[in-house]
Amino acid sequence: MNLRKYLKVYKKFLHTSLASELEYKTNILVDLITAILSLVGSIFLLSIFFQNNGYIGGWKFEQALIIQAIYTILNGITNTWFNPNLTEIVKHIREGTLDFVLLKPIDSQFFISLKKINPSGFLEIMLGFFLLLFCIRINQINLSLSFLSLSLITISCSICILYSLWFFISTTTIWFVKTWNAIEVLRSFLYIGRFPLNSFSFSLRIFFSIFIPIAFITTIPSEVFLGLSQLWKILVEVIVASVFLITSRKFWLFALKFYSSASS
Amino acid sequence: MVQNIIDVRNLSKSFDISSKEPGFKGTIKHFFRRQTKSLKVIKDISFEIKEGEIVGFLGANGAGKTTILKMLCGLIYPSEGSILVSGYLPFRRKENFLKNITLIMGQKQQLIWDLPPIESFYLNASIYDLDKFEAKKRIKKLSEMLEIDEELFIPVRKLSLGQRMKSELLAALIHEPNILFLDEPTLGLDINAQRNLRKFLQKYNKETNATICLTSHYMKDITSLCKRVICVHEGAISYDGKLDLLLKKLSPVKEILIICRSEEDAIKLGNSGFTVKNKIKNEITIKIENKSITSSLKTILNNFDIEDLFINEPPIDEVIGKVLIKKDYDI
Repeated sequence: MNLRKYLKVYKKFLHTSLASELEYKTNILVDLITAILSLVGSIFLLSIFFQNNGYIGGWKFEQALIIQAIYTILNGITNTWFNPNLTEIVKHIREGTLDFVLLKPIDSQFFISLKKINPSGFLEIMLGFFLLLFCIRINQINLSLSFLSLSLITISCSICILYSLWFFISTTTIWFVKTWNAIEVLRSFLYIGRFPLNSFSFSLRIFFSIFIPIAFITTIPSEVFLGLSQLWKILVEVIVASVFLITSRKFWLFALKFYSSASS
Repeated sequence: MVQNIIDVRNLSKSFDISSKEPGFKGTIKHFFRRQTKSLKVIKDISFEIKEGEIVGFLGANGAGKTTILKMLCGLIYPSEGSILVSGYLPFRRKENFLKNITLIMGQKQQLIWDLPPIESFYLNASIYDLDKFEAKKRIKKLSEMLEIDEELFIPVRKLSLGQRMKSELLAALIHEPNILFLDEPTLGLDINAQRNLRKFLQKYNKETNATICLTSHYMKDITSLCKRVICVHEGAISYDGKLDLLLKKLSPVKEILIICRSEEDAIKLGNSGFTVKNKIKNEITIKIENKSITSSLKTILNNFDIEDLFINEPPIDEVIGKVLIKKDYDI
């Protein structure tokens, strides 16, 4: 793979999608206001849950706020990259415009996963980081090199799992043509990621760890922040993320053999 | 000797198609127990195309023209048979193969809707690994050939269909491919835009010796661009050869309207052994076979007092229309 070429193309992707989005100034403004209101609403909801009892699933409000911060960062990443690109796959397949992608001398997964960005998602990422910094302060977390690297690793793994799940569902469009509902279900499951895994019943914990690994996405990085995570959990997250990423790639290449293109 | 750039042998393609009975009961049945059957849309076809050739694929809707084109450019996997395009197996979509070809579809677009076409050109240039200087040079050259200038800087959504199609062409040709697959490129364009596009394709073919495979329902596209046509009928090739031979075969006679000096001359001409289509006063229309047209006209001019005459070619659409419904042509 020619890295220089891919960087050059990505720079162009950034430029063209930013330019496209900036054509509609009001839309960006509305998106920015929505992101701020959504974060305020989520924190308010979380505070209501903690009002009667100071703990949920063994987590204090200040600790649960870390999960909210990580969720906000991941949601920002989802809105910046995954939502504009991966929902477009369904459109590409339904309308047959995937033809143009497949005939370009560039990796098709790279092209359809990164072609667009939604700049308003950046604000959500920034808000998440500010909230995270605030949580580090109120929970009196010591910032060390090992802590920072583990946080980075677990958050990167979360991004990989989330991307792979979404990409996997979008790829099935090649057979099922319409998969909007499945993506909506995935997004609804993500909302669950705002709460500590221990706050759910045992059976739900198993479900969210094995079948739809939402637990890995927010809880494990949060545990790393609080120094509660065990090494085996981090290792499992790395393995799960790698397996998901490789499987999504293989699945895409396999699915393309069944692509029949839309009729003209 | 000109080499074959496309070589297709015993190519077939089947699709699984589901069918649904009408009504609510049919919908429920279709939801729970979907009936699918394998439909062979391309049936054991073979052909070769030489470098620099412009070949038109003719056929009715659903005959399989677009499926053939999509298999040639590697979008669809063939079920049986082999395809070699420029020495590559298309469905492997190797980088060097993709740099050699382009697909233009009249009903689909790749330009970024909210931005001027120039942005899409530079994006494509980076995908094809062209530096800025080279990209600029090619955009200038192609925009001159296509006669577009200011349109390059206007958002695509504000361009007319004709301007958009020209921009689509430029975006698809920036990497200077030597094989062009065109699927109904003039669809929806007005007569002038169609003519300009055909002029451009002729010029591009002449200057670059690019091979062009074209499907179109506008007969003018086929007659002005293609010397050779491949007729597809229900997934099989019904004719592969020169267009003028096909036209001669399909319309072996010409109609000649003759205006005689007097009605008596017209009656005499009608009784002299020619096939008469109709006769009104001193005007008579006769049918003459293509092969004997010169000698017959000579006889008429020498033996009758003729005021004027008109040779009518049958409308090309009518002639080609016969191809779309017939299975086989032995020429």
